[in-house]
Amino acid sequence: MSSSPVAGPAPTGPTSGPDTGPLGQPAPDPSRGPGRRAPRIRPVSAAARPGPRRRVLRHWPQYLAISPYYLIFSVFMLFPVLYTVYLAFQKWDGIGEMQFVGLQQFRFLWDDPVFWMSIRNTLVIWVLSTVPMLFMALVLAVLVNSTKRFTAFYRVCLFIPSITSLVAIAIFFGAVFSNNFGLINAILRGLHLSAVPWMSNEWTIKLVIAALMTWQWTGYNAIIYLAGLQAIPSELYEAARMDGAGPVRIFFSITIPLLRPIILFSVVISTVTGLQSFTEPQVLFGSDASTNPNSGGPGQAGLTTLLYFYHQAFDNNDFGYGAAIVWAFFLLILLIVALNWWLVQRKERRP
Amino acid sequence: MNGLNRKRLRGFGVHAILMTGVVVSVFPFYWIVVMATNTSQDIYSYPPKLWFGDNLLTNLRHLFAKMDFFGSLGNTMIVAVCTTALVLFFDSLAAFAFAKYEFPAKKFLFGVLLSMYILPTQLAIIPQYEIMVQLGWLGTLKALIVPAAANAFGIFWMRQYTSTSVPDELLDAARIEGAGFFRQYWHVVLPCVRPALAFLGIYTFIGAWNDYILPLVMLVNPDKLTLQVALAQLYAGHSTDYSMVMSGVLLSVIPLVMVFTFFARGFIADATKGALR
Repeated sequence: MSSSPVAGPAPTGPTSGPDTGPLGQPAPDPSRGPGRRAPRIRPVSAAARPGPRRRVLRHWPQYLAISPYYLIFSVFMLFPVLYTVYLAFQKWDGIGEMQFVGLQQFRFLWDDPVFWMSIRNTLVIWVLSTVPMLFMALVLAVLVNSTKRFTAFYRVCLFIPSITSLVAIAIFFGAVFSNNFGLINAILRGLHLSAVPWMSNEWTIKLVIAALMTWQWTGYNAIIYLAGLQAIPSELYEAARMDGAGPVRIFFSITIPLLRPIILFSVVISTVTGLQSFTEPQVLFGSDASTNPNSGGPGQAGLTTLLYFYHQAFDNNDFGYGAAIVWAFFLLILLIVALNWWLVQRKERRP
Repeated sequence: MNGLNRKRLRGFGVHAILMTGVVVSVFPFYWIVVMATNTSQDIYSYPPKLWFGDNLLTNLRHLFAKMDFFGSLGNTMIVAVCTTALVLFFDSLAAFAFAKYEFPAKKFLFGVLLSMYILPTQLAIIPQYEIMVQLGWLGTLKALIVPAAANAFGIFWMRQYTSTSVPDELLDAARIEGAGFFRQYWHVVLPCVRPALAFLGIYTFIGAWNDYILPLVMLVNPDKLTLQVALAQLYAGHSTDYSMVMSGVLLSVIPLVMVFTFFARGFIADATKGALR
């Protein structure tokens, strides 16, 4: 910690006398002339640098100001995360004695078909939602950017799904896609098509969850893209038009390259949030009491990895295995984000 | 003339596509109201009823009989308001220190804060649960409020705003007047960063209002749930009476949509700014 870039060289100036007097009053600073009170905190460039220990002490208000975050974070986040690593090597039901089992949890995880199915479910749902979401967001953003009327209205309406609670929307989707009574099936019947058992087929379950995520985040991403589009200077477009570039050429040669950092941002955010889908299947199939409310619906087709983690940790009280699942999953997310990053960066380098 | 017509036609097409997007975005809210104001039979009948009915009060009566709605609403309110207040205070204070002061290990500490931002909360949830058991907080609202008070995003956001929007001259003037760190914070910084606080406040409030996994794990007493958990359990338990459940969903969504539409413009602008950083 003491090797921070802020730390200056050894004290050179006058450091005699306490920096702060009783009651926290700043003491007179000799370098500032008589009668002037020193600011409690001097900029780094100040001539006098007190000793390291005193330098820390005199900054007590700053440390006090930032300490709530670090205290709470250490107790409720950092320590638990590290403890989860420890737990992943133990067998523990939350009540009895912990038992060290080494890599056994991970060996079991590797051979656990349900774990791999949950990974597959998560990845399928992620792809099914992210690809159409980001594509439609780009289209919507370009369209809003191309018009001058009602833009504020469009922005508000497109943004509103992203602030809505996932539970409310999951219940809504559950009602609309209900096998027997849902609105979608009513419309299909009205069109003389056969109803689809949305909530019991292996693929339509994933489709419904992906549709839910797409509905919630398309507008948000569109607004983000829109902000990026508006930051592109219009002279660039004018110059391209003067050079005879058509709208398609302009889109691929100017808009997309200049938007690339923002697209990268949205891809990473969508990946991180999309892979963490938990509430959607948990609420949608919470009523499926025939097996277990957290088993992810018929055929466990909606069992995402986080839902499996929750099921193992809090239904089966297998905390050690839960810790192993969630760590393996986190490493997978990191891997996929890194892969995304690499892909987008590589495209950037291509001429 | 022909070119003008084609231009107008294209403009019309653009607005048609955008309006489709708007309808898709807003339709669930409309349909929630339709379901909440009709009987379940009306919606299940064929063809389903597509317009508002007059059954809202009956649905609400059933809802209040099935769940302690106002108790859950109160719990959610307490969690959201306390979390927001703590986050606003802690984050603006810490942001002031990070934005306007140099102190040993500052860059290191800020780097820690930024890098920890990527840790997903699920990684911590099992030990968090155990900590709450040890503290005797399991089943209390404290178990939700206190961990949420550490918000790295908020500090980052407030620091960006403080460093650009609080003039150094003003702070220097306050220092010459003899104001210490906390007096400067209270009298100079807070009035200057109010717009950023407004965004962070709404953002935190919405997040706390909508949170699901932490209340699901921590609130073990069935009589002390937040709205989201209570609604999810109601849906799981009585999935056939959709109208009744939807009236609860409606009541849970209304406050949020009202807060959002009231602040929408500034909120969206700030949200995109935060994302583009």
